[in-house]
Order: sequence, then C-alpha cells, then structure tokens
Amino acid sequence: MTVHALKEHAAEMAAPSRPSEVVALPAKPSSRFDAAALARRVASAVLPPAIVVLAILLVWEAACSSPGASLPPPTQVWSEAYDLIVHPFFNFGPQDVGLGWRILASLQRVAVGFGLAAVVGVAIGALIGQSVWAMRGLDPVFQILRTVPPLAWLPLALAAFRDSNPAALFVIFITAIWPVIINTAVGVRNIPQDYRNVAQILRLNPVEFFFKIMVPAAAPYIFTGLRIGIGLSWLAIVAAEMLTGGVGIGFFIWDAWNSSRLPDIIVALVYIGVVGFMLDRLVAAVGAFVTRGTSAS
Amino acid sequence: MKPYLKLDHIDKSFTRGGTRTEVLKGITLGIDQGEFVSIIGHSGCGKSTLLNLIAGLTKVSAGAVLLEDKEVDSPGPERAVVFQNHSLLPWLTVYENVNLAVAKVFGSTRTRAERHDWIMRNLDLVQMAHASDKRPAEISGGMKQRVGIARALSMEPKILLLDEPFGALDALTRAHLQDAVMDIHARLGNTMIMITHDVDEAVLLSDRIVMMTNGPAARIGEVLDVPLDRPRKRVELASDRTYLRCREAVLKFLYERHRFVEAAE
Repeated sequence: MTVHALKEHAAEMAAPSRPSEVVALPAKPSSRFDAAALARRVASAVLPPAIVVLAILLVWEAACSSPGASLPPPTQVWSEAYDLIVHPFFNFGPQDVGLGWRILASLQRVAVGFGLAAVVGVAIGALIGQSVWAMRGLDPVFQILRTVPPLAWLPLALAAFRDSNPAALFVIFITAIWPVIINTAVGVRNIPQDYRNVAQILRLNPVEFFFKIMVPAAAPYIFTGLRIGIGLSWLAIVAAEMLTGGVGIGFFIWDAWNSSRLPDIIVALVYIGVVGFMLDRLVAAVGAFVTRGTSAS
Repeated sequence: MKPYLKLDHIDKSFTRGGTRTEVLKGITLGIDQGEFVSIIGHSGCGKSTLLNLIAGLTKVSAGAVLLEDKEVDSPGPERAVVFQNHSLLPWLTVYENVNLAVAKVFGSTRTRAERHDWIMRNLDLVQMAHASDKRPAEISGGMKQRVGIARALSMEPKILLLDEPFGALDALTRAHLQDAVMDIHARLGNTMIMITHDVDEAVLLSDRIVMMTNGPAARIGEVLDVPLDRPRKRVELASDRTYLRCREAVLKFLYERHRFVEAAE
C-alpha cells in the first residue's frame, strides 16, 4: 500500500501536466523599481574605462605638448583631423573620401576573403577531422604553412594574380583559413561516438551527416576558429593594403605617412581598433546565437 | 519455425596493439517475432558488444546475424537502438530529434502532414508530446530516455534494441519507464532485446533471459524462460512464486556460478 502510494506520488511529481520550470528573472524588478541600482551598474561598467582613457589622453597631451615633440598631442589631432573624426562618410572624389568609406572598402575585402576562408576552412577541417589519412597527410603541411606571416604571401600572390585586389583577398584568405581548419578538425574529431551511432543507424549519407550532425556538433569549435580568423584577417588587411594601394584604411595610413599627416594616422588607428573589436564581437555573438543549446547535453 | 532474428555462431575479438582480445565466443541464439529478450551479465562481459553486433555498429569476427534469414552487417533503422545515455542531439528540440529519424526513414513515403502525425503519435506513446518544443537540456533524464525511445520507435523498427536504457536513472523513474516499455511492447508487439544488469528488471520485462558468462571470451551461459502472464504488475509479482523462482535462478547464475572476479583481467 505504501509502495503504491509512493509510486502514485512519484507519478504526480513526474506527470507531464506539470508546467516547465519557471526561469527566474532577477533583473526585471530591480530595473523597474530601483533606478539608482541601475545607474550604479552602468557607472561601474562605464566609469573605469572612461577614467583610464582620460588619463591616457592627459599623459599623452603632457608628453607631446613641448615644441620639439615628434608626435602630435590629442588637441592637435582633434583640430587637424576634425573633418575625419566627425564626417566619416564625406566623398570629394576618388581618393578623397571619409574614413567610413575606406573602412567599408577594407571590410568588403575582409568579407570576401574571410568568407571564402570560412567555407573552405570548414570543409577542409571536416575532412581532416573525419579521415585519419587526410589528417596524417595534411596536418604537417598545414602546421608549417600556418606559421608563415600573412605579408610573406603577398609577393607570391601579386605574381600569381597580376593584380593587387585579388592578391589582397588571397592574403586575407590564407591568413584566416588556418585557425578555421584546425579548430574545425578538432571539433569534428571530438564529435561524440553516440552522435555517429545515431547517424549510422539512420543511414545518413555523408552530406546529411555533414549538415545535420557534424556542423552543429562542431559549431562551438568552428566559431572559435572563425573568431580567431576574423581577428587575423583584420590584422592582415591593413598591412596588405599599405602595399597594394587603392581605397582602404591601410592605404590611407600609408598615404598619410607619406604626406606627414600624423593626426590622420592616429584617427585611423582608433577606427581600426574599434572596427576590429566590433568584428570580434559580431562573430562571437553569431556563434553564441548559433551554438545555443549545444554545450549542454 | 525459423527464428525471426538468428545469431549464428558469433565470435568477436578486438585487436589492439598486436594483442587480440576475445570478447564473445560461439554466441548462438534465436529470437522470435514479438519476443522480449533480456541479456544480463556482469559488466565487461561483452553484452553491449553483442547488442552493437546486432545493431551492426560493430562487425562480427566470425558467424553472422540473420534477420528474417538475411544477413545484416551494417546499421539500419530496422534495428533501432535506445542508447544508455539517450544520445539525443542537444541542438535539436524533442520534436526535431524525432523528426530527424522520421524525415530520413519516411521522407519519401509519407507526406509532411503524415510525418507530423507520426512524430506526435510516437511522442504521445511515451507521454512526451507536451515537451515537443523543448531541448534535451531542458528536460529530465527520464524524459530524455522517453524521447530516445520515441525516436527509436518512430523508425518502425523490426527489432528494438535497448542498451541498458534505464541504467542512469533513479529507481522511481526507472520503474515508470519499465512500465512504459511494457505498455509499448503490449500495444505494438515489437521484438525487443534489452541489455541490463538489473535482475528485477530482466525478470519483470522479459519472456526470456539470456545470461552471459564472464569475459574474456564470454558465451551464453544459460537461457531462462520467464513464464509469467502479461500484463505484469510489479507490485503483485513481488510475492509471485514463479517470479521469485526466476529471480533466484538469475541471481544464482550471476553470484554463485559466474561470480564477477575483479582481478580477472
């Protein structure tokens, strides 16, 4: 009797009619009723970096204000590069455009080169992760090639493509592809045998296996690779554009250096840093969105 | 009458680093359609290997697995497996996990609406239709295993293979799932083979219990018939003479004649 009662009780507890667990929303009441707490939180996030930036600007101003200083102080940067800072999208002719346009031109190159690297890298990485022989053959070659600095590829790329733009794209591609390949391969190698068994019992063909099991299962690894890759391609594009010319943030810096416009260079550096940061966060956010739920099993 | 599934003189050995380990030796067994057979033995005796051989996930070293007189040596949906750790894909919802199987097996023979109905019917069968939009991480271990069973059943398998399906669950949840499996077996009449190391579970669920000797080179030590009427009620059986006799027979086999020796390896 007691056993029976216990069983029934357990049935009640495990009964499907029970609504799912309620997820606590701790932030909501506090933000609605306690504006001071919210203000404190914002302040604690914004104030420390603001103070540090201010301190850097002050030290910089103090260090570069003497008449013989080789670099311009922040006030001079502000006054001389005012146009560049406040009007990123002016357009006064083919070589006289705002930094926003130049950044977009560079981003376009990165998008093409990195996009290709992502697709090819995931495919090769999947092959290496899946096949022991492909790994044995390709891995040593890749381990050596990936240490070649991006710009070392440029002369070869210029010779092969006989044009600067495809050469720059190739440099981006070859820079970004290695972390994508290596991380994808590790991710594919770490796919649990259980998932492979499920795929085998369902007789998934290789294409179905790739899209339905491999890519989602390895997605956290793939996105780690993509995130490293986009960072590297942003590093490489600036250097490559300095050498290949054309519209782009890298060439702008080179041009500014040749015409001794140091404030412009400093503004461009800030742009590059901010955009690189946003690219990193963008890929991380996409990864977090795509791989939600995959970590827990 | 020829058996539905026939294991014909199966040997299995693994070779690693030049040393050959015999896992199974001379396994011969016939299983009839609609029968529920448990395979019980101490851990390491190769019972999971035996299930993988039937599933086709591992290849036999000698002998053959015959299903309806045809040899099977690769995995397929007609021998669906319920895995010990459920093996649901964590990035898919409950519905999508079952759909993965249904879309693959019935993608060309059934319409979209028919497939949807079939998925929901199978989720209903394990009482999980209410959670169809949840991801595996959001449901309990017992629920995951229910979904695993629904996924396997949705393939309309000729034989359902259960690999210690309730091993990782607490006792109460396990009892619920055992009842659910008995109910499904009664309703659908599937042929089922279950690996277990739980004596009560084996006696409660099975028509026959296959007892394995200890490895290496494990064989079938004894096959016990469980002549209990269905439907079976666990509370009534607790004092049933036949039940107790079967239970005692399995216990004696496992703990007297083939006691697990830790130092055997």
